[in-house]
This record gives sequence, C-alpha cells and structure tokens, in this order.
Amino acid sequence: MMPDLGKYATDVYAAYAISLLLLAGLIWRTIARARAVKKQLAAAEARLETRPNA
Amino acid sequence: MIRLLWRDLTLAVRAGGGFGLGLGFFLILVTLIPFGVGPQSDRLAVIAPGVLWVGALLACLLSLDRLFALDYEDGSLDLLATAPLPLEAVVGVKALAHWITTGLPLVVAAPAMGFLLHLDPAAYLWMVVTLAIGTPALSFIGAFGAALTVGIKRGGLLLSLLVLPLYIPTLIFGAEVVRRGADGLSTATPLLMQAGITLATIALLPFAAAAALKVALR
Amino acid sequence: MASIWEWANPRKFMAWTDRALPVLAVISAVVFAAGLIWGFFFTPDDYRQGATVKIFYIHVPAAMMAINIWAMMLVTSLIWIVRRHHVSALAAKAAAPIGMIMTVIALVTGAIWGKPMWGTYWEWDPRLTSFLILLLFYFGYMALWEAIDNPDTAADLTSVLCLVGSVFAILSRYAVLFWNQGLHQGASLSLDAETNVADVYWYPALVAIAGYVLLFITLVLLRTRTEIRKRRLSAIEMRERVHG
Repeated sequence: MMPDLGKYATDVYAAYAISLLLLAGLIWRTIARARAVKKQLAAAEARLETRPNA
Repeated sequence: MIRLLWRDLTLAVRAGGGFGLGLGFFLILVTLIPFGVGPQSDRLAVIAPGVLWVGALLACLLSLDRLFALDYEDGSLDLLATAPLPLEAVVGVKALAHWITTGLPLVVAAPAMGFLLHLDPAAYLWMVVTLAIGTPALSFIGAFGAALTVGIKRGGLLLSLLVLPLYIPTLIFGAEVVRRGADGLSTATPLLMQAGITLATIALLPFAAAAALKVALR
Repeated sequence: MASIWEWANPRKFMAWTDRALPVLAVISAVVFAAGLIWGFFFTPDDYRQGATVKIFYIHVPAAMMAINIWAMMLVTSLIWIVRRHHVSALAAKAAAPIGMIMTVIALVTGAIWGKPMWGTYWEWDPRLTSFLILLLFYFGYMALWEAIDNPDTAADLTSVLCLVGSVFAILSRYAVLFWNQGLHQGASLSLDAETNVADVYWYPALVAIAGYVLLFITLVLLRTRTEIRKRRLSAIEMRERVHG
C-alpha cells in the first residue's frame, strides 16, 4: 500500500513525520491550554458568585 | 533642540559609556576574530568586511537600552513628551546623539580595525563610506527598538532580539559595498539601497518610536 | 443595525465560535487529511526529483501560511490601532505561534527537500533564508507580548512592531535576493518552475493548501477564545487581589 519511495524514502518520511509531529504538538498545546484556562475561569467566576460583594 | 542634543551628548560622555564603550567593544571583537578563525591573512581579508560590519551592529546595540530608559525612569521623558518640541523630534535628536557617540567613532576607527583584519586596501574607502552612510540607520532603528522596550525591566536582551533582524538589510548592502569595492566592481546598487534605507529610517521611524513612547508613558 | 464589527465584540465572538468551531474542526481535519493523502499516495514521482516531490504537499502550504499568517497579524494589528477591537488584538497574539510553527515546518521541509539538489541540508538559499528571518520576526513579536504586563499596552506596542516589522520583512526579502542571487541560480529551490506543472500535482496541492488554511482558522479561533478567557480571568484575579 505504501508507495515505493526509492532512495528518497528517509527524506520524505522524515519531512512528513517532523511536520505532522510539530502540527500535532501545536494542536495538543492549543487544546490543553484552552481546557485549562476554561476551567480556571469557571472556578474564578464561581468564586465571584459566592463572594460577598466588597 | 540643540540643547537637548548637547545634553544627551554630555550625558553619554560623562556616564562613561559614550565614545569609549563602543570603540572598546569594536577593538575587542576585532581582536577575538583571529583567535577564533586563525591568523591566516587571506582568510581574514575575505571575512573582514562582514566582521567589521557585524562589529558595528553589535557595538551600536550596546548603548541602545539606555537611550530612553534613563529619562523614562527619572521622569524627564514625561517632561519631554509634554514640551513644545514634538516627540518625534526628541527621538530624532536622541538617535542623532547616539550616532555621534557610537556610530561616528566607528567610522573613524574602521580603517585601523580594517588594517588589523588585512582588509583589502582598495576597500578602505568603501568601508568608511558605507559605515558613514549606514550607521545612522542603525541608530534610528535602534531608537525605535529602545522606544518599544523602554518600560520593560531588563529589556536589553529583548531589545537585541527585536533590533538585530531589522539591521539585516543595512548589513547586507553595507558588506556588499565593501566586497564589491575590494574587487573593483560597481558599488552603485548596494550603495544606493543603503542610502535609501538610511534616509527612510530617519524620516519614518521617529514616528513609530514616538508612538511607542506615548504608549509607554500612558 | 448589525455590521461586521458586531462579530468582533467579545461576547458575540465567543457565541458564534462556540457554534462554529466543532464543525470547522471536523471539516479542517477531513480536508487536511484528504490533501496529504492524495498527495502522498496518489501522485507520481517526478522524473528529476523522484519521490521527494511529495514533500511539496507539506512544504508549500506551510510556507504560504507562514507568510499569510503574518499578513493576517498585520491586518488585525491595524484594526486594533484604528478601531480598538480587543478581539482583533488578541487574534493577532493568538496567530503568532501558529505562524511560527508553519515557518519552522517550511524551513525543515525546505531543507530536506533541497538536500538531493544541494548535497547538504542548508545552503542559505534566498527563499529559505527569508523564512529564517521571518522566524526571527515571529520570535520577537511573541517575546514582546510576553514581556509586557498591561494587555492594552502590549497590544499597542506589538501592533507597532508588526507594522514596522512587515516593512522590514519585505525589504529583507529583496536584500536577501540581492545577497545570494548570482551564486546558486540553478541550485536554488525554484518552486515556480516546478509549479507550472501538470494538474496531477496541482490539484492535490490545492486541497492541501485548503486544509492548512482551515486548520489555521480553527486553531486561531480556538486560541483567540482562550486569550479572551485569559483576559477575563486576569481581570477577576486582579479584582480579588484589590478587594481581598
């Protein structure tokens, strides 16, 4: 199923692998940070609700 | 305006960082290079134009973070901003003062430094010319970078990171002028490009720098 | 009367992105995968470059995005300066890391692609050198955002940097061409010569480019939402610190 890449196999695989890894890392960090901040904000807003007004 | 210029010049000289620091750094750099790449004169001659130019870039960087920071910290920048003199002119004067205390000495010292690096004799004149034309751009670009980072604690390294990429076109054309001059080729194109860059930075960057200073002074 | 600027309002922004993002994410994933799969598995080898032509499908879209993302940052910075839309400023901040990664991908894949032709991985080819300079600009921009505490001040200063940086980026492109043009004409990665090629290469490339664009839009919207939330979080925390 994999195409025969001839002598350039390592080059092509390396290029694809590095790029996809970098993109995966970017996507992962983006989602992880989004979730963390969302949680922190929800917690802060909950504190805001329960705190007596200053 | 002249008073502001004179004030900045005397401050620079008195603070001990003025003329001496940039020149001293330049000399040290030129001394280090042969230790790094070996003393063979032909190799040094090839890299001399580039080394002298890079040395000029780095030497200019040294005094940039103090350009606005001192006045910012003691409140004089606030006064200057509200003074009748437009902030753009203040930036221009400070950049000029920086050039006089940093760029101009480099231009004067360049032949001596070139001599140490076996710079091709035909290139001496071009080295001086291109440094004379290009170092004002370094001061004005540097002033812009200094304005951006004026409120940042220990912003010196960030200043270098921001300013050095902006120096690249001046460096490319400057070094190219010297190399072509050494080979006897026409230096017109890179020289004109360099002059264009310098004129444009002098004319336009003070506005950007003043905008940045106003933001920092808010 | 709703104008396009209404969508830039933070609350409205959060609302419509909340609905749009899941759909967008799925579409992006599909198009992105389709482009790469088509390019990797279903295109022939080039008679000169062999299988390395397949690198085209990750390199070219990444390079295009590297530049277009900076252009987007320029536009959103201008919108911030003129209309003071916070979402615009935060969108620029959000886009920068994405642009930086695209630049790195363009550099790495460009170097790998060039190796069979140049014999080494790096040859200071004018195009790749320009991308290296662009990477430095991205670093500087991101570093400036991080260095300033006040969000509005940071937005203002980074906008000015983006403007001035854009001019210098264009200037550097020409300077670098001048610096290295005469030397490696044949060996430089002249993508233009290659892209005037058969549709069999070009159509999958279009899909791949579309995939990258959609991926960028998805990511930048998600990151902007995070930035908006972070600002609200800082505001709450600051109030808590003040009121005790």
